[in-house]
Amino acid sequence: MSVDLSQFIPSFLEESFEGLEIMESGLLNLKPGDNEVIHSIFRAAHSIKGGAGTFGFENVTDFTHLVETLLDEMRDGRREITKEDTEILLESVDCMRLLIEAARDGEDYDSEKIESTSKRLTITLGEGCARDESSEPEQAQQASHNAQYHINFVPEHCLAKTGNDPLFLFNALTELGNLSLAANTSELPALTDIDPQELYLSWQLTLATDASEDDIKEIFEWVEDECLLEITQQAAPNTNTPAEANRTDDLPVETTTQPEQQAAVDKDDASTNVAEKDKGKAKSKAKSDVGSIRVGVDKVDSLINLVGELVITQSMLSELGSDFHMSKIEKLTSGLEQLLQNTKELQESVMRIRMLPISFAFNRFPRLVHDLSIKTGKEVELVIKGEQTELDKTVMEQIGDPLVHLVRNAVDHGIEPAEVRIAAGKKQQGTISLDAYHQGGNIVIEISDDGGGIDRNAVFNKAFEKGLIESNASLSDSQVYDLLFEPGFSTASEVTDISGRGVGMDVVKRNIQALGGRIQVESTKGQGSTFKVNLPLTLAILDGQLVKVGSETYIIPLISIVESLQIDKELLNRVSGDMVLYRLRDDNVPILPIYQLFNLEADFTELDNALLVVVEADGQKVGLMVDDLLAQQQVVIKSLKDNYQQVAGVSGATILGDGSVAMILDIPGMIQMALNNAQHAQTLQTKASYGELMS
Amino acid sequence: MNLQAMAHEIPVEGEQTLEGIDFITSGDQYLTFMLSNEQYAVDILCVEEIRSWEKPTIIPNSPSHIKGVINMRGVIVPIVDLRLKFNLGAAAYSETTVVIVLTYQGEQSTRTIGFVVDAVSDVLNVEECEIKPAPAFGSCVPQQYIDGLINAEAKVVTLLDVGNLQKIEKNQIHS
Repeated sequence: MSVDLSQFIPSFLEESFEGLEIMESGLLNLKPGDNEVIHSIFRAAHSIKGGAGTFGFENVTDFTHLVETLLDEMRDGRREITKEDTEILLESVDCMRLLIEAARDGEDYDSEKIESTSKRLTITLGEGCARDESSEPEQAQQASHNAQYHINFVPEHCLAKTGNDPLFLFNALTELGNLSLAANTSELPALTDIDPQELYLSWQLTLATDASEDDIKEIFEWVEDECLLEITQQAAPNTNTPAEANRTDDLPVETTTQPEQQAAVDKDDASTNVAEKDKGKAKSKAKSDVGSIRVGVDKVDSLINLVGELVITQSMLSELGSDFHMSKIEKLTSGLEQLLQNTKELQESVMRIRMLPISFAFNRFPRLVHDLSIKTGKEVELVIKGEQTELDKTVMEQIGDPLVHLVRNAVDHGIEPAEVRIAAGKKQQGTISLDAYHQGGNIVIEISDDGGGIDRNAVFNKAFEKGLIESNASLSDSQVYDLLFEPGFSTASEVTDISGRGVGMDVVKRNIQALGGRIQVESTKGQGSTFKVNLPLTLAILDGQLVKVGSETYIIPLISIVESLQIDKELLNRVSGDMVLYRLRDDNVPILPIYQLFNLEADFTELDNALLVVVEADGQKVGLMVDDLLAQQQVVIKSLKDNYQQVAGVSGATILGDGSVAMILDIPGMIQMALNNAQHAQTLQTKASYGELMS
Repeated sequence: MNLQAMAHEIPVEGEQTLEGIDFITSGDQYLTFMLSNEQYAVDILCVEEIRSWEKPTIIPNSPSHIKGVINMRGVIVPIVDLRLKFNLGAAAYSETTVVIVLTYQGEQSTRTIGFVVDAVSDVLNVEECEIKPAPAFGSCVPQQYIDGLINAEAKVVTLLDVGNLQKIEKNQIHS
C-alpha cells in the first residue's frame, strides 16, 4: 500500500517555485569562487529533483538532473563559472519552471524549448573537463554491460508498511542496465488470509550492467534493514541463461514480471491513485486560483494578543451590564472606549495580514533587467530600494504587469546606447532604480532611469501627427507627458520586440486606475525620467467623503475628489440647450445632480447655493450636486454582488457606524450613466421630431 | 451511594430526547405567512431569520418591488416586497409587517434575500403526498414561483418555490 502522496503536491509545488526563485537570484549574483551561492543553488535544484522524483514528475527529475550535474561540476571546482554557463543555467531555470507549471496544471508544455535547452546542457557537460561517471546514467545505459549480478531479494512482510515499494527499487535498477526478474510466490497465503498491507513475495533478479556493486547496494539502501539481500557477481554476460534456468527450477516460480498478487494490489492502488491524482489536480488548480498567504508568526501573535484583550474587555462589559446602575456610567464609558481601541487595533492587525513586502513584486526585476540588457546590448544596473514597504496582496498581484512594462520601457527607451552615454559624459553603465515608500494613505512606487529623458518635442510632434492635439496647442510639460498614455502612442523610431508598438502605456495607465491609483511622469532632458505610481494601500478599505442626498447617505471615494464648493450663481452657464456648466477657473464642469441620476427625492433641487463636489475620472471632471457634506472616514467595502447584483453607478456598499448601509459611488460609472441618459434622451427627441414630421 | 440506583436515574438514550419536545413532527415543516389575506408558505429550512420591518437603504434605479438593502450582521441583504412583486394590492407597512430572510443554496452560489410580508402566521407539518399541484388558472402569482397547494384545515396555502423566487429575482433585475 502506498501512502497517498497527492495531498503533498501543492506544498511541493510551492516549495519548488521558491527554490526556482532562489536559483534564479543566485545565478544572477553568481561570481567565480562564490561557493556559498553555488551551494545554495545546488541545494535548491537538488530538493526540486528529489521532490519531483517522489511525486513521479519524471520529466522534471530528468531535466533537473542535467542541471544538477553541471552545478555539481561548478561546485567541485572542476568547471570554471563562465557567463555562457550561467546563461544556460538561467534558461534551464525557465525550463524547470515551465515543466513544474505543466505538472501542476496537468497540461502540455513547449517540449521543443526543453529539448533544445537540455541538448545545450548536454553539450556543455560534454565540453567539461572532468566527468563523474556515476552521475551519468545515460552513459551507463549506452555502454555495453560487462558485468552481471544476481540479486536475491527477500523482503520482510512489513516492507510495504514503511512506505517502500519494490517497484520503485526495480525501476531504479532498470536505469543501471538490463534487468530481468522472477518472483517467488511460495509464501503467498490463501486469498482469505491475505493481509493487503503485507508483502508476501520475494524476487530473483538478474542485472546486466557496468555499474559497481556499490551502486546496486545504494538502491537498496533504504530497505537494507528490512530484507535479506544477496548480491553475487557473474563475469560473463552471455552464459547466464542456463544458470538462471537452473535456479528457477529449484523454486516454485511464476515467471511473470509482475506477480499477480502484487499486480492486483497495484491495480487497486493504481485506480484509486489515478482518481486521487485527478482530484488532487483539481484541488491544486482551485488552490492556485484562491492563493495562500504566508504570514509571519509575529503578526499572528499580535492578533492573538489583541483577541485576548478583546475578550477581557467583553467580560468586563458584560459583568457591568448584568448589574447596571447609573452610578457606574463612568465605568461603562471607559469600557466602551477600551472596546473601541481594541477593535481599531484588531482591524489594523487583520489588515496587516494581507500586506506583503513589495519585494514579492520586485524580485522578478533583476532577471528581467539582466535579460533585457543582453538583448539590447546595454549595460544596465538595477538598484532596488524600499523592498520592505508593505502592500496589499491583491494590489501587488495586479501591479506586477504594469511595473514590468515600465521597467522594460526604461531599459529600451530610457537608457541610451553606450556610445551616446559616453559622448554625453555619463557612466557607460546605465542605472534603473526602483523605489517604494509610503506617503499618507498611499504607497508610491518610483521607476527612474538616468537615461536621455523624454523628448518633449518628439512627443508633441507625434501627438500632432496622430491628430491628438492642435499644432499651436500650448501644453505644460506634464500635459505633454500625459500624451504618452494615449492608446497607440509610441515615439520609438523603430519597433523592437521589447517595446515600441505603442500598446502598453495606455494599458498600464488603465490597470493602475482600475486599482484606484494614478501615474505621473517627471523627466529632465539628458538626465533621465521618473514614473511615479501612486496606489492605495489596500482595496478592502477606502477613504471616503460622506454626502447626503435626500434621506440617503452616499460615499464618494476621496481619491477622485478634486474639490468641494458652494455654487456661485455668477459662474453658472446654460449652454447648447439645457446643459448646465459651472466655470471652475479655466475648466467648464458639467453639473450632475445625484438625485436625478438615481431617481431620488432631494431636499435641494435649486442650483443656486447648492453644494458641488467636483470629481474627476478618466480625465473628465464633473460636479456632483449633493444636499450636504458629512464626515470623512474610512469605510470597509462590501460587495453588492454576493446577494444581489452589480448596480450601475455604485461600486459597492458599506456599513456605517449606526449599522445602516450606505452606497459607495462609482464615479466613472456615474459619468457613463449620465452620458447614456443623454444619448437616450436625444434618440427620444429625434424620434419625437420625426413623429411630428410624419403627422 | 448505591451505584444501581444512580444508574436508574440516568435516562436511556432516546428517552431523554423525547422529553424536551412537546410535539412530535411528521413530514416537512413549512412556515406560513400572510400576503393581503392569502396564506403562503415556504420551506422552513430556508428561513434564516424573521425580522421586523425597517427602512432599507435605497438601491439607485431599482424596480419598485426592490425596497433596498439592509445590514444583517455585516452582510448586505437586499429586501424584496413580495406583495408588490406578486401584484397583490397595496403594500402598507404596519406593526405586523415583517421581513422573512431566506437563504437558498443554489448550484453555484448561496443567496440571502429578505422578503417583506404582511405577517407571519404558523408552522405547518405536511407530508409530501399532501402537497397538491396548483391549477394552472390565471393568478397574480406567476406559475414558476408556485410549488403546490396545501390544505390546512379550512384554508388553502400556496407553497412557494424558494429557489425560483431568488433565481427569477436576478433575471428580473437584469431586464
